[in-house]
Amino acid sequence: MLSIKDLTVNVNDKKILKGINLEIKAGEIHAIMGPNGSGKSTLSHILSGKSGYEVTGGSATYQGKDLLAMPPEIRAREGVFLAFQYPVEIPGVSNVYLLKAALNAVRKYNGDDEVDAMDFLTLVKAKVKALEMDEKFLYRAVNEGFSGGEKKRNEILQMAILEPKLCILDETDSGLDIDALKIVADGVNSLRSPDRAFIMVTHYQRLLDYIKPDFVHVLAHGQIIKSGGPELALELEEKGYGWLEEGQVTA
Amino acid sequence: MSTVLNPYLAAYPALSAVLPGQSLAWLQDIRAEACARFASHGFPTPREEDWRYSNVSALDKKNFAPVLAAATPVIDAEWLRQYQLADAWSLVLVDGHFCAALSQLHGLPATVQVVGMAEALQEADERLASYFGTAVNSAEHGFIAFNNACFTDGVFVHIPAQVVLDKPIQCLHIVTQEGALATTRNLLVLGDQAAAQWVETFVGTAVGYLSVAVTEAVVGQNASLTAYKVQCESEQAYHFGGLYIKQARDARCNHHNFAFGGLLARSDIHTDLAQAAECELNGLYLGGKRQHIDNHTRINHNQPYGISRETYKGVLADRARGVFQGRVVVAENAQKTDSTMNNRNLLLSADAEADTKPQLEIYADDVKCGHGVTVGQLDEKSVFYLQSRCIDEETARNMLTFAFANEMVDKVKVKALHELVLAQVLARFPQQGINQDWL
Ligand SMILES: Nc1ncnc2c1ncn2[C@@H]1O[C@H](COP(=O)(O)OP(=O)(O)OP(=O)(O)O)[C@@H](O)[C@H]1O
Ligand SMILES: [Mg+2]
Repeated sequence: MLSIKDLTVNVNDKKILKGINLEIKAGEIHAIMGPNGSGKSTLSHILSGKSGYEVTGGSATYQGKDLLAMPPEIRAREGVFLAFQYPVEIPGVSNVYLLKAALNAVRKYNGDDEVDAMDFLTLVKAKVKALEMDEKFLYRAVNEGFSGGEKKRNEILQMAILEPKLCILDETDSGLDIDALKIVADGVNSLRSPDRAFIMVTHYQRLLDYIKPDFVHVLAHGQIIKSGGPELALELEEKGYGWLEEGQVTA
Repeated sequence: MSTVLNPYLAAYPALSAVLPGQSLAWLQDIRAEACARFASHGFPTPREEDWRYSNVSALDKKNFAPVLAAATPVIDAEWLRQYQLADAWSLVLVDGHFCAALSQLHGLPATVQVVGMAEALQEADERLASYFGTAVNSAEHGFIAFNNACFTDGVFVHIPAQVVLDKPIQCLHIVTQEGALATTRNLLVLGDQAAAQWVETFVGTAVGYLSVAVTEAVVGQNASLTAYKVQCESEQAYHFGGLYIKQARDARCNHHNFAFGGLLARSDIHTDLAQAAECELNGLYLGGKRQHIDNHTRINHNQPYGISRETYKGVLADRARGVFQGRVVVAENAQKTDSTMNNRNLLLSADAEADTKPQLEIYADDVKCGHGVTVGQLDEKSVFYLQSRCIDEETARNMLTFAFANEMVDKVKVKALHELVLAQVLARFPQQGINQDWL
């Protein structure tokens, strides 16, 4: 589904990603862990098309297409979804309006008719209920005045409505209490399917207790310095990143 | 000293002979004094601090002329329906004259007095005489003097103490003649504890004209006034419209100012607050092409415990220029005043300009006053967020621009007026992608 090869990225002439290689197949869940400032969000942003980054080398191929050549909205319509680490507040645009506009944009792109207003409300209300959100959130401005946890849940709501193929969750678990984490994890798990893949950026093993990854990667100083199975996350939880980073220097 | 006589002054002797209120000595004094002031000062110039961003010198070359004949005007009913609110009492002024035939006053409580200004003067209404000129000061600037000297008509509304009106009163100003000068004067009086909604709408079917409007609002103790101004003058029109409010003790006033039309449009919203009076001033100005839209507000906290809240937003495209000058004056004894002012501007093109100048003059020491201004472009993080949700960049920008403006539109609580204002905003940002079914 996604193949990243030797990807190098600069921000303001500073090297942030220094040769990322990653192969993600449909149905897989990849966790990316790593110290603060190592480039995890940069990688998420680059994949979803945020401007302000300069790709200096390498490639990212998504379903056989050059992902980096597509404008952000085309990536999104092709099924790439980023749940933001810091979701943006948009005063004046209601949640339900954004959801509908987004869904219709995808449907139009795929040659489908716009969603019927009643069907849409039924769909949205069901998803809202599953995420144990208050329906009132639908009519509030996007993320405006939401608590940290409410914002993260709202990201998952959007994901549930859009049903993307490649879901990138950038620290969706940060700032969630245990109950909210379970609800969000259930939301993610209910979307698991053989033709959908997940990249989950996280600092905490706790999330991986609920959503079991197939692979765990450690991103440090702009490179993936170690990859392994779920057991790697447990090891990181216990020992931190120090032992890996030292190993890299002496290697 | 200019050797060419200002065209408006040259025309004044003939005009003054036919203006209403000839037999009223008090009015003749006001007119004479105003005329003398206008003769010596003329229209304001950018040398005056309150006019530094707006140059109105074009008016002296245009020579707009008052329309004297008050024959029943022919106005397309369909067109009028766009602006005349359903479910409201409406007063229509056409080319500077009150038009009873187009007005709709059915069902107005008998105690409420609503009458054309010329007629009220003709009848030497005593209440009119006692309130006229009490909320506005002719020396403030040239357009007020001009209005005092030249006004041809307007409306006088008196709502007695305790009366609460359940429907809004709309004053609809229409200009239909090219080159016309419409100088109108309104007086709105709310007795103690009365409550009313007042809507002023400015529109034109002609292209180039000059509208100089002054409304005085005298709001009694603990009375409540919600007032709206919707300025949709035609593209080539000049608009100078002021609302001057005097709030008695505990009076509350909310004003919503929508400035959309005109080539050069200036709005003055002034309010004087007595003890514990509260006001909220909201504004939205949208400029495109070469429009120049100037908003001047003034809040005088004259006594203690007053509260003022002010939010003005501007969206400026093309080569438009928007001005916001917000002045708050807290008098020495106005302790415990609580005041905030906010002005935010969105520039949609590199050639658009916004000048913003909050002015706080605080002479009391125990007060809470704040202000903030911004001038900028759309937030790129928000644009990207919407794009990441499948929405193309152009639509994303349109949505965000619309949302920025819509926040002010949503404050309008009169349903028919909300529709009118929303339609105006949508028409001024013709954008696909903003479908109106907000569910
Ligand atoms: N716009 C920018 N200008 C300059 N430096 C930037 C910019 N954006 C990111 N960086 C830098 O790039 C590096 C990687 O940042 P990134 O946000 O990708 O880290 P992260 O791994 O997501 O960290 P965290 O775990 O704290 O979320 C950091 O050193 C950061 O300061
Ligand atoms: Mg990050």
